[in-house]
Amino acid sequence: MLHRYPKRVAVIMLALLAIVAIYPLWGPALFGSQADFILEKLTLMVILALFAMSLDLLVGIVGLVSLGHALFFGLGAYTLALASPDFDAASMWWMLPLVMLVSAVSALVVGLLVIRTKGIFFIMTTLAFGQMLFYLISTAPFAGGTDGVFIMFRPDVTVGETALLDMSDPHTFFYFCLGMLVAGFLFLRWLTRSYFGQVLDGIHDNEHRMQALGYATGGYKLVAFVIAGVMAAIAGMLAAMQYGFANPAQLGWHTSGEVLMMLILGGMGTIFGPILGAFAYEILLYVYEHLTVHWPILMGLTIIAAVLVLPRGIAGLIIAPPWARRKAPLDDEEEAAADPALQPTSIKHKEG
Amino acid sequence: MDLAFFGVQLLNGLQYGLLLFLIASGLTLIFGIMGIINLAHGAMYMIGAYLVWDLTTLLGNFWLAIVIAVPVAVALGLIIERLFLDTLYKRDHLYQVLLTFGLILVINEAQRIIWGGDVHSVAIPAPFDASLQLTDNLQYSVYRLFVMGVCLALAGVIYWVIRHTRLGIIIRAGAVNRDMVEGLGINVRTLFTLIFSVGVALTAFAGMIAAPLTSITPGMGDSILITCFVVVVIGGIGSIKGAFWGAILIGMAETFGSVLIPSIASMVIYLIMAGVLLVKPRGLFA
Repeated sequence: MLHRYPKRVAVIMLALLAIVAIYPLWGPALFGSQADFILEKLTLMVILALFAMSLDLLVGIVGLVSLGHALFFGLGAYTLALASPDFDAASMWWMLPLVMLVSAVSALVVGLLVIRTKGIFFIMTTLAFGQMLFYLISTAPFAGGTDGVFIMFRPDVTVGETALLDMSDPHTFFYFCLGMLVAGFLFLRWLTRSYFGQVLDGIHDNEHRMQALGYATGGYKLVAFVIAGVMAAIAGMLAAMQYGFANPAQLGWHTSGEVLMMLILGGMGTIFGPILGAFAYEILLYVYEHLTVHWPILMGLTIIAAVLVLPRGIAGLIIAPPWARRKAPLDDEEEAAADPALQPTSIKHKEG
Repeated sequence: MDLAFFGVQLLNGLQYGLLLFLIASGLTLIFGIMGIINLAHGAMYMIGAYLVWDLTTLLGNFWLAIVIAVPVAVALGLIIERLFLDTLYKRDHLYQVLLTFGLILVINEAQRIIWGGDVHSVAIPAPFDASLQLTDNLQYSVYRLFVMGVCLALAGVIYWVIRHTRLGIIIRAGAVNRDMVEGLGINVRTLFTLIFSVGVALTAFAGMIAAPLTSITPGMGDSILITCFVVVVIGGIGSIKGAFWGAILIGMAETFGSVLIPSIASMVIYLIMAGVLLVKPRGLFA
């Protein structure tokens, strides 16, 4: 059955959620004056986790490797930045639907073009579409060019005249992002276990077989592409609120590469893996940046090592720990090598 | 735009396109034969340019610098293939993308450590440091003509090797069916190492001869890599012929785009690509 994991997965994830959620209680005691800065980092990690999770729907669940997912992340950021009034806060009640609408329409248009391509062509065309928006935004006068656009006020959440949530408060915003991440996770968990999710899983395994069974696979893939795009755009909107600006770098291909890295580090096709991956990546980044100015070397070597020795990511270690591997059908490298249908991207199906 | 100016732009587009072909041919060969997406391909272009700048300042001779730099590039390709790519052939494309993405970070930062973050330039070498008088007030650099000639000659050599030699037959067969070639008793491992080194050498060489024409900057490989991806996608991945015509098309489009419609120039090539994919999802010559 699809995405049924050992109980320890739920235990570990809930424990982590609890630790993160009560950070405001233990953070100041542990980090003192650094606590606020750490809270900012933590908020960013939560946002990036949502972003990485949205990519998992494409890469891990459907098997569509996109190298242009930052397009939607940046689109969410710029939609917020450009639609916000200059000297007033926008209302979240219409900002969120607007971001979703803009990204859904864009994902539909881009998706219609890229879904026609397969495998490596999909990788390259998504990359090219991401770059297209990157160049459009970084040369467009209305978007502030390479400087980007500043967002003076975070959108507010009000009922009538009373503010429901004070987004400018770091704690409130942190919980808002955390709520979005949990909601996104529960949504994806429900989606992958639904009939729709099972069809996506079937497409991942063997698209031709699904077509032969009478499924219009293109339509399913397109819907998945749009959902992933909308979730990435919401993450992008939150990131723009966090930083206070939208910047072309948010939609460049390096961002797409980084989020793919978070996904692989955490373990794809598991939905919860990318959350771990985003946290692990950001923590590594933080540590490396403090170790040396030449941190990209360390990060690059980490990426290479992760690809070579940890193809199933942190989630793979939790689902099938090395010490519990003896009995499980785990000569996956050899099997994968022998059977193209069992490439590492589809290994999750053997874990039952 | 008068005729002479048009002619100059045409030559510029052709020269840029031919240079693009040199880089894209390596990219498309490596993918076509080995099934590897090499994101670090652009970084090798940059390494070529930096190597030749460094060696030219050291030795005072551009040509000598190239003679030394080419074997260095081949060796670099050899090391990368043996060290990193060897384990990836049976894996999903995703892992190749990520591993070579990691390589970009390492190579780009290594460049910063070795050569720093400054922008450099190389003087146009001696016998070609001249201009051709086209009209009364229009000149054209002889070095650009020389680059065009070298690129065309190399394109001819690549075409000849692939069409008319035993190695070419193996390469073409390998692109169609790797297992069959292996079954015929050909050492595919050696073939892969050879192809990768040649591919890296081609892009590094492109960086070397382009050095006197462009400014040598950190990260210069990243933008050219994306352009080459567009070339390869338009032409059809794995097709040398496609890489050639795709490169000429993109070279012209970028050159004329920046002259005629500067406001959207940087997007033109992506618009062309989207258009091509709408009509032919696998590229023009696939």
